[in-house]
Amino acid sequence: MSTQKLKEIIKQVLPDVETVICWQDGFDKLNVTPIFITSPEQADKVVWNPLCAQNLASYLPSQKKKVAVAVKGCDSRTIVQYMQEGLIDRDNVVIIGIPCKGVVSKKKVQKAIGNEPVEDVTFTDGSVKVKTPSGEKTFAIADVCPGKCASCQYPTPIVYDHLTSEAIKSDKPAESVYADVAELEGKTLEERKAYFLGQFDKCIRCYACRNACPMCVCQDSCIAETREPHWITQKLSLDEKLMFHMIHSLHLAGRCVECGECERVCPMEIPVAKLKKKINKEMRDLFDYTPGVNPEDKPPMYTFNVDEAKIKEHKL
Amino acid sequence: MAEKGYLPKEKIKEFVEALGKDATVFAPCLEGDTIVFREYAAGKEISLDRPANTPPKGAIYPQCETLLSFEFKKEADSPQKMDVELKVNTDFPKAVVFGGRPCDARGFTVIDRVFVNTDTADPYYKKRRENTTIVTKCCNGPVAGCFCVGVGGGPAVTEGSDVVMTEVDGGYYLEAVTDKGKAVMSLPMIQDGASYEAKAKQANEKATAAVRNPFPAGADKISGDLFDSGDFWGRVIDKCLSCGACTFLCPTCYCFNITDEQAITTGERIRSWDSCMFQHFTLETSGHNPRPVKHKRFRNRVGHKFYYYPEKYDGAIACTGCGRCIRYCPVSVDISEIVGYLRDPKADPKEWAAEKKDAKN
Repeated sequence: MSTQKLKEIIKQVLPDVETVICWQDGFDKLNVTPIFITSPEQADKVVWNPLCAQNLASYLPSQKKKVAVAVKGCDSRTIVQYMQEGLIDRDNVVIIGIPCKGVVSKKKVQKAIGNEPVEDVTFTDGSVKVKTPSGEKTFAIADVCPGKCASCQYPTPIVYDHLTSEAIKSDKPAESVYADVAELEGKTLEERKAYFLGQFDKCIRCYACRNACPMCVCQDSCIAETREPHWITQKLSLDEKLMFHMIHSLHLAGRCVECGECERVCPMEIPVAKLKKKINKEMRDLFDYTPGVNPEDKPPMYTFNVDEAKIKEHKL
Repeated sequence: MAEKGYLPKEKIKEFVEALGKDATVFAPCLEGDTIVFREYAAGKEISLDRPANTPPKGAIYPQCETLLSFEFKKEADSPQKMDVELKVNTDFPKAVVFGGRPCDARGFTVIDRVFVNTDTADPYYKKRRENTTIVTKCCNGPVAGCFCVGVGGGPAVTEGSDVVMTEVDGGYYLEAVTDKGKAVMSLPMIQDGASYEAKAKQANEKATAAVRNPFPAGADKISGDLFDSGDFWGRVIDKCLSCGACTFLCPTCYCFNITDEQAITTGERIRSWDSCMFQHFTLETSGHNPRPVKHKRFRNRVGHKFYYYPEKYDGAIACTGCGRCIRYCPVSVDISEIVGYLRDPKADPKEWAAEKKDAKN
């Protein structure tokens, strides 16, 4: 079982690092929470199961010393992007890779069980069984996974130092990645505007999406809160909310690794990743670039070519 | 006026519309999969199935409110001079908070101690509070993370509410708690409720028994030694992202910021919720920040709710156990677990001492 292997690897790497970042059981059976391991005894608390949706690689830039981190295939794209942008020192990170067949969206499960309290959760290959006061329900993971798993191209981490089980290959067609964006593109501009305004109206400006985003590097200096420049006010109007989300999205153009953290953490259940994916698709079509897949790549916004192959400039 | 009533489920809409005759009704409305307190209007779908994602706090204490508006005007006689015209906001319409939970209603009582029951009452909050009637729905049982019984509340407590409603027999048993509540009971769709009282009591007892209490009996004092331990906070809060979800979803958090938002010659002085989890919260003009790292900010949040506030207000805890900060935390931080460590009579800071590293950050 890969949980056992994961614990073994953690104990093996622990003497060489300050901390190992992994998951442990959370406040109830439907939740796991990060654990920062500094002693071998703590390693025994570690869990690996489809509830481990959080992208732990996001913690890397804030670590000051050498650390190890457990990552799924999708999470490893964050590390690759950090390498491209020089945000981490690869020599200071030990990557424990976990081949993953899909995680579970807590929100989807909660909805499917009518928000009842969860008494127990068990996993068998490809399905999850949830026990509540009114009985047991079993779901296929494919039915309660986040959108990113349904079109996962990287079930095995792209970069790793250790692997907890044998590498697996994606069986999802590459075109499926932007199926949701294509659906959005099928709508008129007015319909899209109405859709996004309706969604962002629920925003409470808690900035969970920003703080959970591995590529949001401004963090405490974010333009959403600065007084100089004073581009966004502290008002709760829809204009201000939209403006914040547009800035967030544009700052991620050609950088978003599509880990879905922004959407996973939103307490108001706003599909915040959708705009970012749309911009990513445009960037891919323009620059033939996919973020977080090749450590040797350079993000398009980090370089400048006098003549871009697919951009027709106005000749003066 | 009757103090006990019954409202069949199919009359909920009619009831809310009647409440809205001369007041703005804030009700939990379903938008996609989210339940948000909104000003009720035709076409909105009210949902009482689970506690709303947000508490109804904003109905009385808006996330953003105009304290005053201002306009700079040139004097006609000497145009080189500018004069400023101020207009204070005194618009506090009559309102009803419908369908909040007992933890949500108790949240207002936490804010009342600071904003109303003092010799320097906040006129904005006070006036809104006076003009608002709170009609609360008792909980049928707990949801993920909630722990009201651990902080002196319960799924059917009446503190802070004007009317409480308990789900029974295809409808709701209503009980007036205050005079404001009695006025609500005189609405025509409210039937006689005396015969449902026993059933409602039974339902509420059942709900109360089902809620977890994370704190063992007798463990009600915070260990000052552990509270002051940097190692402890460094360890329990390593994972925090420093976002404001916990504070903005909290029915009791009341910290705010005041900013002038001006465009050319006109503007508004607004008060908006602030979050102690943000780095800017305590940032001083000098550049000094007394709480520069997240574990210090988190300690302040827990301290405020479970340590400093109770010290100031006769032991009252500034948390009503609604569980939203746990349920919606991006990284599943559990405040009840942390307070549990702090209240453990055997709490020992040495057990949290870093083994091979300095306290983080």
